[in-house]
Amino acid sequence: MRFQKRHIALLVYIVFLLLPIYWLFNMSIKTNTEILGAMTLFPDNPTLANYATILTDPAWYSGYINSMIYVGINVVISLLVALPAAYAFSRYNFTGDKHLFFWLLTNRMAPPAVFLLPFFQLYSSVGLFDTHIAVALAHCLFNVPLAVWILEGFMSGIPKEIDETAYIDGYSFPRFFTTIFIPLIRSGIGVTAFFCFMFSWVELLLARTLTSVNAKPIVATMTRTVSASGLDWGVLAAAGVLTIVPGALVIWFVRNYIAKGFAMGRV
Amino acid sequence: MNKITNNKAWFLVLPVFFIVAISAIIPLMTVVNYSVQDIFDPQTRFFVGTDWFRQVLEDSRLHDALIRQIVYTGSVLFIEVPLGIGIALTLPRKGWGVSACMVLLALPLLIPWNVVGTIWQIFGRADIGLGGYTLNLLGMDYNYSQNPMDAWVTVLVMDIWHWTSLIVLLCYAGLRSIPDAYYQAAKIDGASNWAVFRFIQLPKMQSVLVIGVLLRFMDSFMIYTEPFVLTGGGPGTATTFLSQFLVTVAVGQFDLGPAAAFSLIYFLIILLVCWVFYTVVMNAGKREEQ
Amino acid sequence: MTWMAWTPITAVFFTCIFLTLIGMGIWQAISPTIPRRGFLPLETTRGDRLFISLLGAAYIHLGFMVVSDASIWIASIIALVWLFLVMRWG
Repeated sequence: MRFQKRHIALLVYIVFLLLPIYWLFNMSIKTNTEILGAMTLFPDNPTLANYATILTDPAWYSGYINSMIYVGINVVISLLVALPAAYAFSRYNFTGDKHLFFWLLTNRMAPPAVFLLPFFQLYSSVGLFDTHIAVALAHCLFNVPLAVWILEGFMSGIPKEIDETAYIDGYSFPRFFTTIFIPLIRSGIGVTAFFCFMFSWVELLLARTLTSVNAKPIVATMTRTVSASGLDWGVLAAAGVLTIVPGALVIWFVRNYIAKGFAMGRV
Repeated sequence: MNKITNNKAWFLVLPVFFIVAISAIIPLMTVVNYSVQDIFDPQTRFFVGTDWFRQVLEDSRLHDALIRQIVYTGSVLFIEVPLGIGIALTLPRKGWGVSACMVLLALPLLIPWNVVGTIWQIFGRADIGLGGYTLNLLGMDYNYSQNPMDAWVTVLVMDIWHWTSLIVLLCYAGLRSIPDAYYQAAKIDGASNWAVFRFIQLPKMQSVLVIGVLLRFMDSFMIYTEPFVLTGGGPGTATTFLSQFLVTVAVGQFDLGPAAAFSLIYFLIILLVCWVFYTVVMNAGKREEQ
Repeated sequence: MTWMAWTPITAVFFTCIFLTLIGMGIWQAISPTIPRRGFLPLETTRGDRLFISLLGAAYIHLGFMVVSDASIWIASIIALVWLFLVMRWG
């Protein structure tokens, strides 16, 4: 009996999670007349017209491309700089290490709104405004500390004897790091990339402020549609569904690591 | 783990240091500079000392936003943490259900924040949304774009929908680290469910829970995107939280000085809370090692 | 650098902070700190005490501005006393 009750609670919660997502999907395959005309649980005439609009209109699909580009750049930068730093934090004591670590964390916690104005001025003054690299660098503010934090957790789980044996065997640090150590923490790197991807993908405020036309991300395109016309619900819903897809794919690939990643990665 | 003291490790940290310094220290210095001046353009600016700070500290809109923020963050923690623990306890421990639940639970976390807003906008509207339509059908006069209370509750429910999964996943990760032997021992002793929870499960979840509470506190304290899309801070100022208020002042009215002064106060609050949590976590970690 | 809108007083402020950090680094290199318990309810190193005193100083200034309209330098003096107290006995 106890099992029954437990599972009912879980089921109710999952329905609560999925219902709004279902509704978004439902809207995305309806025509606008049906959306505004009647309340239907299932679409009467399912249509893919909304998706077709997005995939053929450059104003829409360039948003996805822009987002993908800066998210990609950001993940690469974050991982490249965070790997050696996380190694240093997990293996050595050095002057000011704890304070440095704390300072990095505060940047993960700081509200992006605080940095909004200076960022705008900074990137305008060096001529990077409205470029992908500007958004990627701005997102490093919270993704690099996050990557260091997660990777440090994974690296601390690798016994130090492995390093010592490798050094005795005559490995130099770069060779040891790239050929032995990195393969050992593969799953950690995967989890880190996942979270960097996620936070860069979902962020709106900085991405919107630092771009105008050439690097305009999909999230900004969507909010513009809301405020400007506010009418084309079907296309908006379809755009929403398409932004969920990359995340859902990533989750599917890492599903077995999620719980572990959350615990070890201390996200 | 015993670590070697080696200051050469600084070389490994330098890239991170520089990249974060560019994105954090230079902007922060700029904010400090802005906060003590009245700026018309880069050439025309006047030193005003602490005037902006005094103005901001006395601004009743800020006080209101701060109170709203604290009530909101408090409600978020008060609902999401117990709910998250509860859901984590109901999750199956093995079998095919585990992966399925993980995927379904993690889904809301990966939806872009503005799309979360859009989803609830579509879901909550009384004319085209399932949620709003049903509530009205049940006789409630629900309209989140007109009624401040409805708007506030909708933003809260949206946050619960969005982020409770994070607490669930963290707690579940903690629960999985409990060996089966503990449960068997408890069964032999005839321990009640409550005793099992209180003395076995809760202590194991403690460290991840602190992290969960910290993250939920921080993220709800700087919430911007979701209410911006859903309600735009309205109706009136019912859902104008601190970040929203800051962005309005900084970008909307382009009042650099007050916005900068406000940013610094905001940042100091975050810094203090972050430090307290960090110290607690680290000290708890040290005690565990001993 | 014009967009950063430097003024003499903030420049001096940041130079002081910067020099303090370098000074702390050198001090650490000459005689490493030993964590200890003072009147603060936790074990602290020198760096921790510096951080606590600086954060405290910021809050002292804010608090002073809320309760009083008098010159901010009074708050600065209080903050300096606080800084000394924490660094010496914290």
